[in-house]
Amino acid sequence: MSGHSTFEPKHPALKWFESRLPLVGLIHSSFVAYPTPRNLNYWWTFGGILSLMLVCQIVSGVVLVMHYTPHITLAFDSVEHIMRDVSYGWLIRYIHSNGASMFFIAVYIHMFRGLYYGSYKAPREVLWILGCIIYLLMMATAFMGYVLPWGQMSFWGATVITNLFSAFPVVGPTIVEWLWGGFSVDNATLNRFFSLHYLLPFMIAGVVVLHVWALHVVGQNNPTGVEPKSAKDTVPFTPYATIKDAFGMVCFLIFFAWFLFYIPNYLGHADNYIPANPLVTPAHIVPEWYYLPFYAMLRAVPDKLGGVLTMFGAIIVLFFVPWLDTSKVRSGVYRPLFKQFFWIWIVVCVGLGWLGSKPAEGGYVIAGRILTIYYFAHFLIILPLLGLFEKPKAVPASITEAVLGKNKGAAPASAGVSAPQTKG
Amino acid sequence: MAGAAVTGSRGKETIVAATETAGTTRRDFLYIATGAMGAVGAAALVWPFVSQLQPDASVLAMSTTEVDLSQVAEGQMVTVKWRGKPVFVWNRTPKDIAEAKATELSALLDPVARNANLAADAPATDENRAGIDHEKWLVVVGICTHLGCVPIGHAGEYDGWFCPCHGSEYDSAGRVRRGPAPENLAVPPYNFVSDTKISIG
Ligand code: HEM
Ligand code: FES
Repeated sequence: MSGHSTFEPKHPALKWFESRLPLVGLIHSSFVAYPTPRNLNYWWTFGGILSLMLVCQIVSGVVLVMHYTPHITLAFDSVEHIMRDVSYGWLIRYIHSNGASMFFIAVYIHMFRGLYYGSYKAPREVLWILGCIIYLLMMATAFMGYVLPWGQMSFWGATVITNLFSAFPVVGPTIVEWLWGGFSVDNATLNRFFSLHYLLPFMIAGVVVLHVWALHVVGQNNPTGVEPKSAKDTVPFTPYATIKDAFGMVCFLIFFAWFLFYIPNYLGHADNYIPANPLVTPAHIVPEWYYLPFYAMLRAVPDKLGGVLTMFGAIIVLFFVPWLDTSKVRSGVYRPLFKQFFWIWIVVCVGLGWLGSKPAEGGYVIAGRILTIYYFAHFLIILPLLGLFEKPKAVPASITEAVLGKNKGAAPASAGVSAPQTKG
Repeated sequence: MAGAAVTGSRGKETIVAATETAGTTRRDFLYIATGAMGAVGAAALVWPFVSQLQPDASVLAMSTTEVDLSQVAEGQMVTVKWRGKPVFVWNRTPKDIAEAKATELSALLDPVARNANLAADAPATDENRAGIDHEKWLVVVGICTHLGCVPIGHAGEYDGWFCPCHGSEYDSAGRVRRGPAPENLAVPPYNFVSDTKISIG
């Protein structure tokens, strides 16, 4: 993956520094000269958007901590204090609470992108697994963050989710007591969740570094799934990917701003503006939208332990996708059957999310069962079999051929096409 | 092992290595002994960090609650707090008691009493669930055995509780009659200090 410019410092001070710590050179080779496939579409801008959202959550979070008090008697009031008294506190809190939702929207799109274009296949398995770890850490972080305002949903969400662990035989009840630091969700729980909520985003940042490192070792996938074969197939990261990512980010921020300024409580629950009461459960408790599909699976299984295992299994199965998909063709673009099953699966996921927000009764439970079975069947039956029986379409010989058509791709590139490599 | 690694790289150590027998050497023993001590030390240091997670002394100290029963009228159910959890204390009517007694054990989802004051395998009869020698009193931890919500009293098909979270139902002896909850509501450890007072915990 070379062929583009390398960094050579000219200024003597920079030369001095670079020979002691080649930091600028690292940044240059990773984000300036780094060759990116020339055919990346806007689904590839979500990696950058995710990095932006992580920074956004950390910055707004650190500021919130300056005004927030992690104690059961004060937490709720301190959040109200942020909303009413602190200058622009309402903005910072809404950035943080809506930012979490935006983060999840971006991560779901990013994951669906990976699943559609086969980005998890060799040699990108480790890259994919690191991504799954980030997703798990995000879920843990957001869950603990949601507990901090100490409203009714905070309290009862924490109660129900921590109680999931009580399903495990023998050790379950002890695990739950140790998670709580008591006999129920209480001050000890709030304090440890606060501590971990501060820590985990920085662990996410660490795994993101590994994720990007792994990406830069194996290179980016692209919509054709064909690896770049010559310098003609790639363009330098800057300006091409930088500008495209920046444009994607701006569009995403407009979407974010719409939630932030027009419907900041749309994705939340009114019950969380009632202070936590350990003696009364709200009539209808629902988790945040990004957990809903898993919540639907939990409730689809009539057995307590079975429900918990199904829910965790739905995430664990993602780690094994690189080996469950047996097809030799990487990108879904050239897989006519896979494409259809992929979209069915997306509909199933959205359907599960919708069911998760409905009460667990009658037809909803039955539908939940069918969709849960389908979710697993997609990974455990359909993906392995498709690879064996599907007849893929012809895959282009190179990225350039896919972009410019057969003749141009085969012939020496015109001046306009080769220009990017000489620049940069 | 040690010998092979150093041979050729440093002349002096080659001699030392050569005088030792092949296979296990004294140096290997020292390596393993040192490593083992290090591992034990690390484990000993990890323990305090894990142990601090458990309920602390102040939480344990608050663990008994007394309830004055003379304030609870027939048919009334009160909620008191014990160890941060709700406990339901219910002065049952003769009808509630009769219903609970009439229920066959075979009709129960969980046939075990779950009464901390009795043997772990005591059957879930009404006698084993209600107060000892005070059958009108039912004292249960108000936490659904599914995922911990607080069930709503005087509700559901079985005249006991209905859990709003995932629809479990309990009868007038606090026994689960409809899932997903797997167990009867727990009877906490308690005793009658007098006819009108109980001490929980
Ligand atoms: C991965 C990044 C993060 C995610 C997904 C996340 C998510 C959340 C969520 C969902 C809430 C509840 C918001 C509400 O309903 O009010 C929250 C609250 C909070 N978070 Fe974070 N957070 C992240 C990073 C951080 C960081 C790095 C800090 C501090 C350094 C932080 C500090 C706080 C504080 C103090 C609150 C309570 C105030 C409030 O509820 O608005 N968060 N977080
Ligand atoms: S917590 Fe009561 S039914 Fe789930």
